[in-house]
Amino acid sequence: MSAAARAVRPVSIASFAQSQNVRKDDERNEVEGLMPVIAEVFGNIGITKDDVDFICSGSTDYLIGGPFSFVMALDAVGVWPPRSESHVEMDGAWALYEAWVLLQEGEIDAALVYSFGRSSLGDLSEILTLQLDPYYEAPMWPDIVSLSALQARALIDSGKATEADFAAVASRSRRDALSNPKSQVANDIAPEVLLQDDYVVAPLRRHTLPPITDGAAAVVLAAGDKATAWSDRPVWITGFDHRIETHSLGARDLTTSPSTAKAAEVAGVAAGKVDVAEIHAPFAHQELILAEALGLDDSVAINPSGGALAANPLMSAGLIRIGEAAERIRSGAADRAVAHATSGPCLQQNLVCVLEGGA
Amino acid sequence: MADSEVLHAEHRLEYPYSRSTGPVIGAFLTALRDGRFVGATGSDGRVIVPPTEYDPITSDDVGELVEVGPGGVVESWAWVSHPLRKHPLQSPFAWALITLDGANTAMLHAVDAPGPDALATGTRVTARFRPEAERIGAMADVEAFVVEGGAS
Amino acid sequence: MADETTDQGPVTTLATPIRLDFDFTPGVAQSKFLRGLERGEFHGQRCSVCGKVYVPSRGSCPTDGVPTTEDVLLGNAGTVTTYCVVNVPFAGQSIEIPYICAQILLDGANLSFMGLLQEIPTDQIRMGMRVEAVWVDESDLTPSLASVRYFRPNGEPDADYDTYKEYL
Repeated sequence: MSAAARAVRPVSIASFAQSQNVRKDDERNEVEGLMPVIAEVFGNIGITKDDVDFICSGSTDYLIGGPFSFVMALDAVGVWPPRSESHVEMDGAWALYEAWVLLQEGEIDAALVYSFGRSSLGDLSEILTLQLDPYYEAPMWPDIVSLSALQARALIDSGKATEADFAAVASRSRRDALSNPKSQVANDIAPEVLLQDDYVVAPLRRHTLPPITDGAAAVVLAAGDKATAWSDRPVWITGFDHRIETHSLGARDLTTSPSTAKAAEVAGVAAGKVDVAEIHAPFAHQELILAEALGLDDSVAINPSGGALAANPLMSAGLIRIGEAAERIRSGAADRAVAHATSGPCLQQNLVCVLEGGA
Repeated sequence: MADSEVLHAEHRLEYPYSRSTGPVIGAFLTALRDGRFVGATGSDGRVIVPPTEYDPITSDDVGELVEVGPGGVVESWAWVSHPLRKHPLQSPFAWALITLDGANTAMLHAVDAPGPDALATGTRVTARFRPEAERIGAMADVEAFVVEGGAS
Repeated sequence: MADETTDQGPVTTLATPIRLDFDFTPGVAQSKFLRGLERGEFHGQRCSVCGKVYVPSRGSCPTDGVPTTEDVLLGNAGTVTTYCVVNVPFAGQSIEIPYICAQILLDGANLSFMGLLQEIPTDQIRMGMRVEAVWVDESDLTPSLASVRYFRPNGEPDADYDTYKEYL
């Protein structure tokens, strides 16, 4: 473990809230969708916006098709008199990372992190190509399902996994989602039945794809006295890192995730027993790649929430992994958890957060 | 509020971007227009195709450009039965990562094949360029790759 | 070596046009505002905490961060808080220049919005001027700001600076 990872100021996930994940939130605008989530994340611990010193959000304007939607979204918090605020054009997990870094400096003790995205407004197969290399890849409009299918084929050809393994991940995830009231897709279908699905883009069948989801999520981070005052059993972030790989798809080995492995090493995943892992794997085969990169064995409960295969609100699905992992510790179901978030095509960028329960 | 009260509208967003290519990408696109492929030599001697201005692994500057292709090997592929409206081919095709002869990294492009049975990882393919008069210096100058020696 | 000289010269730019289509919805609160315009009315919403009335409302009070749930029907008259005279032609311009673009604070509202001011020479516009909305014919009303043709002076004495200084 690096010195930087050891010398962390303890910061806790003090509160977590997420919206109901739905295929299409047809009525509310971004502000209207966020307000109940913000109210819940404060209400959980009996605080108000005046109790946090910093606000950081994650979203992307390409989903709504309008500029500066993150500025309008601040109306859901109420930022007058002026507040210290920032935004990342990333999943909210990276907004949480920015807030955590600021908390490390020791000048503030609490932050609000939130993210939002309505995936239903446009055509994701087109919108998500805009994250690709703009010279060599994006002009051909390769959709995210096709790119993920290239990764899945490489994984099959490497001998590390089969289509049946993908189906097993999907079956387990959506069965676990039956106990998650916020999930969008929950059912109990055996892998053998799933394997009768048609291919969307071979070798990916329907069940290996994430749903299209509208949703939002929020977290309150706390340090110092606030962390202990706001929770009987604080959930501490004990390791945190994120890494990125090259933009050139063809220069990567898509069957492995070296950026995840590096982030896991720096965050200290292997320093103790992992009870639960919430892995942000939008496509079923990606969970297999990530579990290996994180060094998780069969004793680890992976994605008890159902994961991104049960609900994949873009820009929030990573932040939700951190929130879900924290809730497992807060409830006493786990003592040590790993949360992971991804961004970009075929697991290009990865974030790893280690959480531990304590007094 | 009743559903009917909430308004909806079609909203179209258009960006007429024109990007500077720089010396390395520009050289690759110029070669495409000429019906050829070039790659860049990375800091460890690997040949990067399509070339970037930096080595994607070490981040060092790349060295000289070298001729590669037009044949290559499929590293991975995905069969599209129902092409989307912006896809390069409108009949069923495969996306593929293709390592051109002389290159050490793979390039994304479309393969025009009669069906998924005609392809496998390791299949040799070659570029089918558009007619010279239609080439503009873009990835689309290669209409698609086709299986080497196969009917196309 | 790759720059084999051709008549066209080397490639230096790449056109990458992007077009995306969305199904946009303004949400519950803004839909109420737009539906009001369809009836020739301005509708705002009041914050239950600070009491301010926003027109249009996006559904929340940007100060307090709570839903604005109380509908407020506003009148047709308001005050020019500030303005500019547009003399510059631009692509897509539909109004003959010069014209006046004004921020208008409707009576009873706590948020001004932008409107076109007509029926007054551009050198006679001033802050505090009292104005009223002129609507399109009833048969042409739509759920959009196009239902308001423009604002024009309503003949009332200018408003006191103190009544609108908060809204500049």
